[in-house]
Amino acid sequence: MLEIEINGIRFKNPLILASGILDESGETMVRVANSGAGGIVTKSVGMEPRKGYENPVVYELPYGLLNAMGLPNPGIENYGEEIKIAKTANVPIIGSIFGKDVDEFIYLSRKMEEYGADALELNLSCPHAKGYGMEIGVDVELVEEIVYGVKKSVNIPVWAKLTPNTDSIVRIAKAAEKADALVLINTVKAMAIDIDAKMPVLKNVFGGLSGPAIKPIGVRAVYEVYREVDKPIIGVGGITYGRDALEYIMAGASAVEIGTAIYYRGLNVFNLISQEIEEWMQKNGYESIEELVGIAQVR
Amino acid sequence: MYRVVEIEEIVDETPTIKTFFFEDESKPKPGQFYMIWLPGIDEFPMSISYIGKRKGFTVKRIGAGTNKMHSLREGDKLWIRGPYGRGFEIIDKRALIIGGGSGMATLGPLMDRVNGDVLIAARTKEELLFTERFERGNTYIATDDGSAGFKGFATELAEILLNKENYDIIYTCGPEIMMRKIIDMALERSIRIQASLERLMKCGIGICDSCTINGYRVCIDGPVFTEKELKEMRDLGRYERDASGRRVQI
Repeated sequence: MLEIEINGIRFKNPLILASGILDESGETMVRVANSGAGGIVTKSVGMEPRKGYENPVVYELPYGLLNAMGLPNPGIENYGEEIKIAKTANVPIIGSIFGKDVDEFIYLSRKMEEYGADALELNLSCPHAKGYGMEIGVDVELVEEIVYGVKKSVNIPVWAKLTPNTDSIVRIAKAAEKADALVLINTVKAMAIDIDAKMPVLKNVFGGLSGPAIKPIGVRAVYEVYREVDKPIIGVGGITYGRDALEYIMAGASAVEIGTAIYYRGLNVFNLISQEIEEWMQKNGYESIEELVGIAQVR
Repeated sequence: MYRVVEIEEIVDETPTIKTFFFEDESKPKPGQFYMIWLPGIDEFPMSISYIGKRKGFTVKRIGAGTNKMHSLREGDKLWIRGPYGRGFEIIDKRALIIGGGSGMATLGPLMDRVNGDVLIAARTKEELLFTERFERGNTYIATDDGSAGFKGFATELAEILLNKENYDIIYTCGPEIMMRKIIDMALERSIRIQASLERLMKCGIGICDSCTINGYRVCIDGPVFTEKELKEMRDLGRYERDASGRRVQI
């Protein structure tokens, strides 16, 4: 009922672990997979080991989480063992990578492919790392060049994760059109000030907002891009319950990624959301989740 | 969101450890922790050492954040969030509490509730913590340099006690290599054990994967783990992960 296929890869359900959440070490990824995730996207991995920012890196808000982890990762040369362990979970493993230019992205992509990743996710959207992520991801020429360069260099599917922090996500999606799928959206650039301390809470000042607060932004992005770009879309942003996932799917997403909901509902959230989607489908007479993709588009 | 609490009293426990008392409405269990933010300096996890309405953090000076905390005075403020994590599950049987160094801070609230004995260990006499707190059994002391009590490591004195006395459960907190040995001793003797672990923690709420050990998140699945989980932690006392997530030998 929930099985899907994206770029020839089978997923037992359309609920994929989003990059950055519980996906740095192989054993943790196995645990998330065993908790019901249909696929796993790894932590974004770069050329060198990177500590990330100092604390506070995460802040709990009434309507979501604010974070500026700062892209901590063990570095690509140390990541083969983690992928190898993650692969034992028998769900697709999507290697997320970030670089500062085309050459770095190509190098990282080839390494991920060599390690056995089933697909790649290009991080063109982290909102709080200088010289990476969103800073690259809003430059349409650079996005086009990176996606094209990586596509030419590997045989596994290439997903491009795009930022909502731009005047037109459609314009960026079109620049990334050579990718095999588009992942929308990353966190929304944001900040919080503690009025007793009279200063920003995050050590990095700026961070990315995730969770329920950003769901309408993500749904809008998926809806807009689905009309303009003929590639599968993976929806991300604030999916906490089955009805949130359905909303994204009806807007045009073939699958969704889940992260912050683990904070709200625990690791079992993948099983819970699967059940909630199935219940809705049974009640409404649908047999395959694929029938629902883009069904809410007003033509 | 943080809440701001005022430091009501500061007690010098050892040359490197102070207890900061404050009032807060939260209801922590022994073994749970809070995140303390010192604006502009650092945010770090801290286990709770007194858990009544009047609460305490017993803090060893080890880095920028805890150094700054030691410079605070009564009347100064702390920004806190929590309590977080899974604390000790108190079992009403004869217990041996084993604490190494500042690990005793985490075990403090247990000493007020549990029957049995306590083993307090430190490098030297002046670093022993909470030697007067336990009133529900014997307090055994070990120092590496022999300046007080048994001369030797906590693990050596623990072995003597375990061979001599009958305990149903061990509660422990301290250096990881010490805990690894204590855990192995408990497993060999089929004594139940709960250990409070410490790993490099960032988010404190179970999402970032920084403090995970063999798939177990110290911040939310722990920090207190029981024998079944501890048995599966192949990396405990052997490998840790640095701030980048790299697995490195301890």
